[in-house]
Amino acid sequence: MFELSEDQQAMVAMVRDFANEALAPNAAKWDETKHFPVDVLAEAGTLGMGGIYIQEQFGGSGLTRSDAVLIFEELAKADPTIAAYISIHNMVVWMIDSFGNTEQRAQWVPQLASMEALGSYCLTEPGAGSDAAALATKAVRDGDEYVLNGVKQFISGAGSASYYLVMCRTADTGSRGITAIVVPAETPGLSFGANEKKMGWNAQPTRQVILENVRVPVANRLGEEGGGFGIAMKGLNGGRINMGACSLGGGQTALDKSVAYLKDRQAFGGPLINQQALLFQIADMETELVSARTLLWRAAEALDRGAPDAVKLCAMAKQVATDAGFSVANRAMQLHGGYGYLSEYGLEKIARDLRVHQILEGSNEIMRLVVGRSVAGA
Amino acid sequence: MKIIVLVKQVPDTEEERRLDPVTGLLDRGANECVADEINERALEVALRHRDANKGTEVVALTVGPASATAVLRKALSMGADSAVHVVDDLLEGADIAATARVLAAAVQQAGFDLVVTGNESTDGRGGVVPAMVAEHLGLPLLSSLNTMEITPERVAGEATVEAGNLTVSALLPAIVSVTERSAEARFPNFKGILTAKRKPLATLSLEDLGVIPHGGGANSTVLTVSERPARTAGKKIVDDGTAAKDLADFLVASRLI
Ligand SMILES: Cc1cc2nc3c(=O)[nH]c(=O)nc-3n(C[C@H](O)[C@H](O)[C@H](O)COP(=O)(O)OP(=O)(O)OC[C@H]3O[C@@H](n4cnc5c(N)ncnc54)[C@H](O)[C@@H]3O)c2cc1C
Repeated sequence: MFELSEDQQAMVAMVRDFANEALAPNAAKWDETKHFPVDVLAEAGTLGMGGIYIQEQFGGSGLTRSDAVLIFEELAKADPTIAAYISIHNMVVWMIDSFGNTEQRAQWVPQLASMEALGSYCLTEPGAGSDAAALATKAVRDGDEYVLNGVKQFISGAGSASYYLVMCRTADTGSRGITAIVVPAETPGLSFGANEKKMGWNAQPTRQVILENVRVPVANRLGEEGGGFGIAMKGLNGGRINMGACSLGGGQTALDKSVAYLKDRQAFGGPLINQQALLFQIADMETELVSARTLLWRAAEALDRGAPDAVKLCAMAKQVATDAGFSVANRAMQLHGGYGYLSEYGLEKIARDLRVHQILEGSNEIMRLVVGRSVAGA
Repeated sequence: MKIIVLVKQVPDTEEERRLDPVTGLLDRGANECVADEINERALEVALRHRDANKGTEVVALTVGPASATAVLRKALSMGADSAVHVVDDLLEGADIAATARVLAAAVQQAGFDLVVTGNESTDGRGGVVPAMVAEHLGLPLLSSLNTMEITPERVAGEATVEAGNLTVSALLPAIVSVTERSAEARFPNFKGILTAKRKPLATLSLEDLGVIPHGGGANSTVLTVSERPARTAGKKIVDDGTAAKDLADFLVASRLI
């Protein structure tokens, strides 16, 4: 169960080579200049990363969730920000491929799976975050079209993406009145806010998505009217374990750097690794990452099987892995002393990038809500 | 057209590579073994031709221990159509001449229009295997090409020589070796990795090839191996106003200027 298959080993080796060559050398520069490398994403697309766990029929790679978490961890070792965007993109492609009809899949999946076109997931609003079912963006039916009005907040990839999967209100019946609609970038009435200034995740844009009398054909609706909330939540199950995997990748790099640094740094008559207080820190960091990875793989396997407790396991794994990743990155910074605080050493970027994983795709408080409700049967 | 690409498993250059002081052979356990990058460029040249020309077949071939299957799998995942692995205990310790003889027999048995290789491996760095294979087969060799163009009858390309560039061509069948300046190798994609297992991979022994080894794999004997001496600290020049002169004197004394 915990041994990688030959195929998985080969996939991980390929992703590592790609990440070391295409991401790692540029990550610091992209962070500093807030550059979103769409050309590199397109290259990742040719390798199959735009549709990792999407069926092969329209260009997906047909891999499992268990494969996906290995891939995201490996990408995140080089750059958590790019890895995380690839996860969001995959979530959108999976939702279209899983809930779209044949025409919709044939129209959108091939260009998305190749990453020639990018996707954005639009759920959060200025007034509705954790309580996503309270969203207010309206879609009103007008003949063969929907007319959309509202504002989406914190949308990753916005402004660069070609397709926006927008969760809209079509009826005032709470979570049962939400519908998922695909809005192409060039649709009149669609515009974007400024690129938010933020702590990390600088190599991908975060903007408002503003919808003013945006008209799209009814044929752009995924699934039935009122089915949008369920689609959005199902997408997030995979998103959550991927985000956990991204945290483990960042945390692993921070730990590896710390071990190398402590072996090299001389103080008090020897390398710092000889200080048992510090060695114990390393031990705790390793134990936290391995524990989190173990739970994450279990959650991925449950999702692959469609196990009844998959939602709960994904929420647990997201919380544990994103907490572990940030905590390890933060301690790695401490172990590097003053150098940890300098950008040049790459530690502070990992901590800045991983911090948001505890907040988004369901904050870690909301993960507790999911787990608690499931345990208490409430 | 059938193109055979010679590939080799080598220790990863990212880490320190070691020879076993007792046997004089490469310590294969000391490093992770990977596909030699130069062969991946050779494969890339062949695959690009295949991608643009229907009816082209690309075969990856290696002579090496059982573990070398991994480099063939990688070649298959990158897009090679089939693979041939010559593996035989009698080949342990095979030197350049012995390896070239086996390679020549193997490509001959497989049949080909063109053989593409790297100009030198990153471990042995002998740089003579392509020439030896060509000699065994009595075929032309275009060596150390930076660029390469394949047409149905000919192969042509450019090589850098001391005085400039050389433009060369040969009628097929021929052997070509490429340099690090040739095509940048692609990454295998996920589909390639998953389909690699279903592609044909033939395993051949020396007997299958009709090659009779003379007295083990090697034609030469390693007498001694000594470890590279540990690096000693360099000379430090402290600037008391004459550092520039001291530095110049040092460079002159070391014949560096
Ligand atoms: C960089 C970035 C990128 C993002 N990308 C996207 C994207 O691509 N698409 C998208 O749709 N959204 C995106 N988000 C939005 C993200 O998912 C939300 O910020 C998140 O869900 C939290 O919502 P909120 O910010 O409104 O906080 P709130 O919901 O207002 O929460 C505030 C605090 O209260 C806690 N809290 C709320 N309710 C409860 C409760 N019932 N019990 C206990 N604690 C609770 C929360 O955990 C949090 O700590 C992104 C956010 C960021 C920062």
